[in-house]
Amino acid sequence: MKHSTFLLFILPSLSVMFLFIAIPIVSVFIQSLHIEHKQVIIVSENCDPFGCETTTSVDTEASAKLKEKAPLGKFNGFKTYSNRMHFAFDEIGEAWNSSDSFIVFVKKIYNFPLYRALSFTLTYTFVVTPFVLFLGFLVALGVNNLPKLLKGPTIFASLLPMIVTPLVGSLILFWMVDGDGVIGATLQKLFNDNSLSLKASPVLTWVMLMVYGIWHLMPFSFIVFYAGLQTVPHETIEAATIDGASKFQRTRHVVIPHLMPLAIFITLILLMDNFRVFEPIISFRAEAHATSISWLIWNHLRESAYPLYNAAGATSMITIFCVGILLLPVLIRTWRDFNEKNKG
Amino acid sequence: MNTKIENKLTPVRIIAFVFVALWLIVAMFPFIWTLWGSFKVQADFFSKADWANAIFGFHTEKQTGNFFTIDGYYGSWIEEEFWRAVINTSIVVFFTVLISLTFGTLGGYALARSTYRYAFWILMAGLIFRAMPHMTLVSGYLQPFFAWNVWGILPTTIIVLVAINQPFTLWMLHSFFLNIPKDLDESAMCDGCNRFQAFRYVIIPIMWPGVITTGLFSFLLAYNDFTVTSMLLSDENETMIPAIASFLGTVQEEGKVMYAVAAVVSATAPLFFLVMFFQRQIVSGLTAGAVKG
Repeated sequence: MKHSTFLLFILPSLSVMFLFIAIPIVSVFIQSLHIEHKQVIIVSENCDPFGCETTTSVDTEASAKLKEKAPLGKFNGFKTYSNRMHFAFDEIGEAWNSSDSFIVFVKKIYNFPLYRALSFTLTYTFVVTPFVLFLGFLVALGVNNLPKLLKGPTIFASLLPMIVTPLVGSLILFWMVDGDGVIGATLQKLFNDNSLSLKASPVLTWVMLMVYGIWHLMPFSFIVFYAGLQTVPHETIEAATIDGASKFQRTRHVVIPHLMPLAIFITLILLMDNFRVFEPIISFRAEAHATSISWLIWNHLRESAYPLYNAAGATSMITIFCVGILLLPVLIRTWRDFNEKNKG
Repeated sequence: MNTKIENKLTPVRIIAFVFVALWLIVAMFPFIWTLWGSFKVQADFFSKADWANAIFGFHTEKQTGNFFTIDGYYGSWIEEEFWRAVINTSIVVFFTVLISLTFGTLGGYALARSTYRYAFWILMAGLIFRAMPHMTLVSGYLQPFFAWNVWGILPTTIIVLVAINQPFTLWMLHSFFLNIPKDLDESAMCDGCNRFQAFRYVIIPIMWPGVITTGLFSFLLAYNDFTVTSMLLSDENETMIPAIASFLGTVQEEGKVMYAVAAVVSATAPLFFLVMFFQRQIVSGLTAGAVKG
């Protein structure tokens, strides 16, 4: 395909991606380096026969002028990254010096918003992903054993938790585990404890969010594995059976190696999706016990009367950096594959 | 002989049956429960005393005279004007799908037919863009959108959703067009068509299965989005999902949770039918990228 024709075909797609994905990333970075202007304050002294009085007032005109001159705000360098809301270097040094044991130190660190959000996001990502892979594989094996007639309806029912809007899906579960909801109330009766609440305890909140995550994403890995199972070569299975391999051995030594590339694909997608966990925290109203990075950015933009663009920008850059690290192995691999293909 | 072995009930198969049955209950029960409960009053749906109330509607019968009520739906759709959000969602979803598919087919076709190295780089950039959490992008939009005075209106949200959707659409249609033999459009070009005519007369008539599958996923992305719509739309232009979220705050205090329950069921219903009619396409779309590598 000629360069000019290629350009014409790809132009609309490329320009929206450039304008609304590439440029915003740059603009977020610039945002993170600036800080809001302080209001210009006029201090005036009024003297009358009884003495002098100083009054302060905001000079709106000068403030507006300042904003017009530099709409991004005052240049702040990387100070936003190191402040209390983010990496909190000074505070951590202080905490290190003042804590007498490591556990106290970790507890202190956990109080800073970024570390709090990071610890939940990473735990969520690395707990939900393996569970989804493993359970999805088991369900796929199970469905593969079902009579044909039942397969269609099973797949239909399995798709629902994934297709449904995350915010809505987590709300549905939230209402059920509510103290008055069907699961919540049943648990209270079961443990004979009327104050038992899944929302009040930090540990149970984390567990609840992760259970939701597994419920939501398992259909995806199930469907992909199930499609993969249909492509397992029959001859190899038969050969293994003739050689006396049991069902378990056949699964372990024939099916699983065959599905390995799929597992890598699913892992990649799951890592990307889990890392941006956000909606369930809103639905479960879990922010007191669990916050994610996306939630933190949202909070910076929503919390006060003025959105904290610099804080949101800095958190976003840190997030992008983390995503980069997560993706790096995949990118290197694809790059190698591509080069090998071109050589051969 | 083969079928005989497959129909035998072995312990492994029984365990498989039980496991799948358990998963089905976990997957379906929340939806059935909420759908049924949305036609009850709050005292039944959130019944601490006895969960059976939610099934038989004990309080619902006392309060409304019938064990079945549509008060929740009336309250949310009419009183809280949920219908406005439904209209907004329809507009946003329709145009997002239309524009992303138009851009996506053109771009995906070009990527599938180009043999140059930059096509690979564009796909790689797409993969990285696909991984960006949407919230990080949204935080970059706000300041310029406020400055240009385009914040809060539907077209802005539509174009942003199209952009966010583009990497995925490109990847999917790229792998779909790779499966259409090159010879097809190249022979048309031998016969004197240029690239655009070949695309118009040869590719467009046969591309619909791939386009429909990709369109379903664009639909889901636009329909399910909360991050972009909640940050970029003003109150009167709100779509369904942020409307439900803002419902929660106000409605909970007034003891009108059932309004939110009804809205949630209303928002889920279209997805339910979507899965019912397009199950095959959704499954093939999910596996398209994966099985072919």
